[in-house]
Amino acid sequence: MNYFGPGHGACPGCGFPIAIRGAIEALDGKVIAVNSTGCLEIVSSMYGRNTWGVPYIHSLFENAGAVAAGIETALKALKRDKEAHVVVFAGDGATFDIGIGTLSGMMDRDHNVIYICYDNEAYQNTGNQQSMATPPGARTTTTPVGKLQPGKIGKKKDMVEIAVAHNIPYAASASIAYPKDFQRKVKRASEFEGSKYIQVHAPCVTGWGIDGKLTVEVARLAVETGLYPLVEYEHGKLVKVRKLKQRKPVEEYLKIQRRFRHLFKHEMGKDILDQLQRIADENAEKYGLDA
Amino acid sequence: MAKMKLYIGASNPPMSSEMKTGDWGTELAYIDKEKCIACGQCITFCPEPATSMVEEDDKKYAVVNHDYCKGCWICFTVCPVDAIEMRTKDIYKVEVC
Repeated sequence: MNYFGPGHGACPGCGFPIAIRGAIEALDGKVIAVNSTGCLEIVSSMYGRNTWGVPYIHSLFENAGAVAAGIETALKALKRDKEAHVVVFAGDGATFDIGIGTLSGMMDRDHNVIYICYDNEAYQNTGNQQSMATPPGARTTTTPVGKLQPGKIGKKKDMVEIAVAHNIPYAASASIAYPKDFQRKVKRASEFEGSKYIQVHAPCVTGWGIDGKLTVEVARLAVETGLYPLVEYEHGKLVKVRKLKQRKPVEEYLKIQRRFRHLFKHEMGKDILDQLQRIADENAEKYGLDA
Repeated sequence: MAKMKLYIGASNPPMSSEMKTGDWGTELAYIDKEKCIACGQCITFCPEPATSMVEEDDKKYAVVNHDYCKGCWICFTVCPVDAIEMRTKDIYKVEVC
């Protein structure tokens, strides 16, 4: 029996099913899945068409952290907490914006939960509205491109740093382009007692405007340009970073996506491109990405 | 007091396998079993999963279940030995005069 799929309703070429299946396989199926609203819930839990081979609960957009905390506490009270890991799967909208309150509470009380955020950089389920995970300059339906404003204003929130600031034992970022690395991180996270946070970059074919076959390549380019550094924190200390032999210019990552296409034509596009390159350079300096 | 019974690590069998998503795409993946080196890359990366490993006469190779292959080309791009071919379905081979 598969732990996740086949037959779910995700678009051809969608990134996050790779991460979900990888995470459950890394934990040998000993998972109680908690899911907040988002694409994952829609594609996997249609009535009478359950995709999950593990226990699964969906509640609301904002309370995945609280639901997971409740399940973990109940398992502890029944003295059965060694039998399975409580794992939250939430999108970036549920993690960065709507659910950050309950997530923060869960981390504050240090519940023994692995929180996995699949980051597709906007509310892709409802049709590409901007979230706090959207990078600057990206076109979404709520940040349309006009004469005065080329896409989103403002930077992407660094959620891994926010998780680290809660003094949790483990926080990491991963990418679906490196599934073995992601699975190792999930396994490593399961060894700690307390709240764990893993953020996995998962491209969205419709929202980002890419062809399904480019999913893995785009995710890899995000890492190789330095815009999505793969880092690992244990007890607040940076323990591991994926080094890059030759850091690529950010244009290589941006030019194959429709959401950034306007940057190469718009008169203010040059500033945004410079800003994105600066973010990549800052990441490289902060984490020491250049080998 | 009635004892509450909790089943951990098990649930109803997934019912989504009744959804044959193989008719979504215009192409299907075919794996050349002579070229396949059984590295498992296509199985790790398949979002469905529609690929699986089979063993036959001491040779391991991957196969695609065409009931669920959505034709997304991901396996085609990650295959290190170019053993995967994407073939257009017969119904989409329309001759334009």
